[in-house]
Amino acid sequence: MRNALEVEHLAVRFGTTAILRDLSIAVPEGGTLAIIGPNGSGKTVFFRALIGSVPYEGSIRWAPGTRIGYVPQKLDLERELPVTGLDFLHARAAVARMGRAEAQRTMDLVSLGRDVAAQPIGTLSGGQFQRLLLAFALMGRPTVLLCDEPTAGVDEPGGEGLHAMIHRLQRDERLTLLLISHELSLVYRYATSVLCLARGRAACAGPPLEILTPERLQEVYGAPMRFHLHDERLA
Amino acid sequence: MSASPSALALPLAMAVAAGLVGCFAVMRRMTLAGDALSHVALPGIGLAVALRLNPVLGGVAALFAGTVLVWAIEHKTRVPTEAVIGVVFSAALAVGSMLASGEELIEALFGAPRAPGALETLLGLGVAVLVVGFVLRARSRLVIALVSPDLARTAGVDVPRLDLLYLLAFALTVALGLRYLGVLLMGSLIIIPAATARHLTRSLDAMLAVAVGLAVAATLLGTLGAPTLHLPSGPLVIAVAAGFFLVGLLIRRGA
Repeated sequence: MRNALEVEHLAVRFGTTAILRDLSIAVPEGGTLAIIGPNGSGKTVFFRALIGSVPYEGSIRWAPGTRIGYVPQKLDLERELPVTGLDFLHARAAVARMGRAEAQRTMDLVSLGRDVAAQPIGTLSGGQFQRLLLAFALMGRPTVLLCDEPTAGVDEPGGEGLHAMIHRLQRDERLTLLLISHELSLVYRYATSVLCLARGRAACAGPPLEILTPERLQEVYGAPMRFHLHDERLA
Repeated sequence: MSASPSALALPLAMAVAAGLVGCFAVMRRMTLAGDALSHVALPGIGLAVALRLNPVLGGVAALFAGTVLVWAIEHKTRVPTEAVIGVVFSAALAVGSMLASGEELIEALFGAPRAPGALETLLGLGVAVLVVGFVLRARSRLVIALVSPDLARTAGVDVPRLDLLYLLAFALTVALGLRYLGVLLMGSLIIIPAATARHLTRSLDAMLAVAVGLAVAATLLGTLGAPTLHLPSGPLVIAVAAGFFLVGLLIRRGA
């Protein structure tokens, strides 16, 4: 299987502070890499390096023809911003020189109603806004999807639904998925491999069965972590 | 000033550009920075007057230098932009006041109701068309970048370049109003109608349309009302725009 992404000796520093150090990982095409680790361990900076938003050392190689869709963590928006979800998606369509039908296609993919998308983006609920961001990411017909805590700020049933949707999309659109998540039970259910970051280093990497053990997690998070296992993987 | 259609052409073109550019300034939360950026024209005007050059050209040169400086600080350093802008542009105002004096200073600060020459009108109209064309063409990229520069990057937008072009459009818009409204008031014509429109609207097209409408209405009412009221037109234009803002607040409270 070809790799969608190969990262070697990646390092990012802000001023004199090292945020990521000597990070190497490969993600096969169609795979799901989950990135876990405590707050401040460099997960979001890793994504920002991958999309070219922060300067880095080392190498990041994407497979030829890769198109990236990015779903960032909750954005800091004013409630009063007079930009609707439709404005936002139509802007994306215009930048890519696609018709507005493409906006409708991705709204259908993420089950985002036109009445909801017609609201100003600052007034959408957490779940609605995440689906809008997901629709935005899908508009470039990506081959790789980067999701940074897609369920933060979404209630638990909504979060599970969102994860299920992301994985259905991954299957239907044949995407490679990179996912930052704190929800270890979902990581366990969906990921094909797990990367744990602690203080900017890869503390461990491997298949979920090997990584998601109480001892390993205590090492990474510095405290006991509890989560439930969904047994279908073990069956 | 007689209110013949040809004399109104340049102020109206200036108002359209100000309304459009202002919307993105307000949405990008650069209200104060934008206002301060217009002050940077003053030392240029003062220097041009001292050297007996066209003051508008001096102002434009200083605006370009100031714009590139802001952009470089934003993209090349990690210094907080707001602080630097505050210091640099207040200093520009101080230096400019020392270079220009008396009548010239008042004119540079608040504008003068003198009719521009044919060449200046043509040049001004050309600049207005350039600014309006840029904002309308770049609006999709500008919207995505103001929601999230990272998302803009993944959509293939060159964010630093877009920022520079936007700041230059802003500077050109200020330059359009230098003669008519002056350094202090032009920033207000960019910001106030757009801020009013943000309160009153819920979508991008509506905001752009309302901001342009208000800027044009304020400019028309101020220009036409000034002779009757025996007031200078520049300050009256801004007073009318501020009046719209207050009415906008009341409408929203009532809604």
